[in-house]
Amino acid sequence: MVALPQRRDHRCIGDHFNPWQRHFEDMQADRAWGKGRYRRHRQRPRLQRSREDRIIAGIAGGIAARLGRDVTIVRIVIVLLGLVSGFGVVAYVLAWLLLPAEGSTETIGARAVADRQGITIALALVPALVLVLLLGSALHAGFLSSWGLPLLISAAGLVLVYRNAEDDERAWLTESVKALLQLGSEPRQSRRSFMVRLGAGVVLFVLGVFVISEGALSHSWLRPFAGTLLMIAGTVVLLGPWWLKLALDLLHERQARIRAEERADMAARVHDSVLQTLAMIQRSADQPQEVAKLARAQERELRSWLFEGRAPGSFGAEGAATLSAGVEQIEREVEAAHGIAIDAVTVGDAPLDDELRALLAAGREAAVNAAKWSGAPAVSIYVEAEPRRVSMFVRDRGAGFDSEAVAGDRKGIAESIRGRMQRHGGTAVIRSVPGEGTEVELSVPRHAGCP
Amino acid sequence: MSTGDSRPRVFLVDDHHLFRAGVRAELGDAVELVGEADEVPAAIELIAERLPDVVLLDVHMPAGGGKAVIEAIKPSHPSVLFLALSVSDAPEDVIAVIRAGARGYVTKTISGPELIDAVRRVAGGDAVFSPRLAGFVLDAFASMPAGSELAGPLDPELDQLSPREREVLRLIARGYTYKEIARELTISVKTVESHVSAVLRKLQLSTRHELTRWATERRLI
Repeated sequence: MVALPQRRDHRCIGDHFNPWQRHFEDMQADRAWGKGRYRRHRQRPRLQRSREDRIIAGIAGGIAARLGRDVTIVRIVIVLLGLVSGFGVVAYVLAWLLLPAEGSTETIGARAVADRQGITIALALVPALVLVLLLGSALHAGFLSSWGLPLLISAAGLVLVYRNAEDDERAWLTESVKALLQLGSEPRQSRRSFMVRLGAGVVLFVLGVFVISEGALSHSWLRPFAGTLLMIAGTVVLLGPWWLKLALDLLHERQARIRAEERADMAARVHDSVLQTLAMIQRSADQPQEVAKLARAQERELRSWLFEGRAPGSFGAEGAATLSAGVEQIEREVEAAHGIAIDAVTVGDAPLDDELRALLAAGREAAVNAAKWSGAPAVSIYVEAEPRRVSMFVRDRGAGFDSEAVAGDRKGIAESIRGRMQRHGGTAVIRSVPGEGTEVELSVPRHAGCP
Repeated sequence: MSTGDSRPRVFLVDDHHLFRAGVRAELGDAVELVGEADEVPAAIELIAERLPDVVLLDVHMPAGGGKAVIEAIKPSHPSVLFLALSVSDAPEDVIAVIRAGARGYVTKTISGPELIDAVRRVAGGDAVFSPRLAGFVLDAFASMPAGSELAGPLDPELDQLSPREREVLRLIARGYTYKEIARELTISVKTVESHVSAVLRKLQLSTRHELTRWATERRLI
């Protein structure tokens, strides 16, 4: 009996259902785990430094995410601000100190306050500042004073950032600075080209400074323009290759991370299907028929996954569009595959969304675990859809286990149950008493409205 | 009632021969089996004659099913208690036998010791809820929002579950035994039993026609 009660309080009309779309979204969401909540990323997040969209500190990325604008526009604005006045740079460094990185709550600034030594080093820049200001007024070079102050403040800020950044960020900074310093120590033949570049860059830069400050050109309106252009050209010649290398590294790092996450997702799915089946085959090695049956079922499942794109244990692809239908699917499949009685009770119902699908997948894993390890003849599943949340209880009266004693490479509980629930904003509580049985309690909050 | 022998006297009604044999084997010596029947008229006749403590009753049978048996016996022999035993999961069937007067409902997948326990409990005057029945009841009462637009005075005594009753039903639905529920809620088993009996009473006496309608709706789709 497929029950779909007509409940007035939360009926979704026109809740369109597209398994492919859902599957894709699920993959996307899974991919985003580990670096903050995907959903938060998608809705307007609070202002924080992005880990994904970053060239230096991820501030442009964070602002873009907050405003819902394109990150490139934000970057251009920041660079312009920095060029117009050195205080744009100061503002950037301050933001670096005061904004928490994505997925972290503490700011670098909060740690820097306690960093006595760092503050001392930063204060040691004050004499340098005085020197620059004096030099500026002595040489009548206004740009020295107008740029010297913000740049020195920024330098002091950067010292604090470097000393108090989290380990991964510091490692990245070190790497970047090293790349900058090593520009000269590249393979031999490029050494000369580096010297040439260095020379050209410095000449261009100094020329720019000269043009701005000395008025070598007769047309006064051209002065700042040409000067700035020359300075930028000098900077690009000097630092261009370095920047390019950084950008490439960043790209590679991002790709590697995405690959790692896909692997984690894949591992969870392979565990749920292939490893579980292999374990069952080992246990029924003395029953050839049983082994053949298991192998055939697994083969079918793998084929449909690899060639038809239907992930094993996915809900929705074969018509289970509601919570109660999904529970029945679990009841049916686990009973068939493991020869155990499943006593499933569903109260209330809801159309399946990503969260509920994750809940069902984790619940199925719990039921499979109970079927395999508990030794109990029956497993109880209880699912209740309340207006604000959906809970699922999977219980057996079997052997139970000591959750401390589960080996680290056993992915079932850590990844397929806990990790999966956490990625979807839910919770998983496992209570087990050796000799009395196990109860897995899963819960996800429910979205108030319908899509 | 039981005469000298403390074992409950049980009568078994089911139209499947194999199933009766199975139940007989499971019950063993724990109860005194006073008779069996495989159809409704024979069951009515034999139960009236032998007056067992508990009738284990199949819900689905030709000629009216378990409900017809209860309705025929209940008025003349109120001391005979009924425990519905069924593979049928259709809520409206289950609710129908309960409202006709059965003291409980268990599914046929129940284990031997649990079935014996259930029979004893019914014989002792208590109600027996399987996880599934508890789920049905929670669902039925949840879909009857208090003060809904539907006409008719609301009797909180009969038409609503108390929070404690809800808690007990939830635990039953999660597969807890009465003893485990008592431990979980730190109340006595007796209190658990009285909560369940109270729910049974509400289920049987609630006049709200939503209950029936809910059961039918669940079936339709």
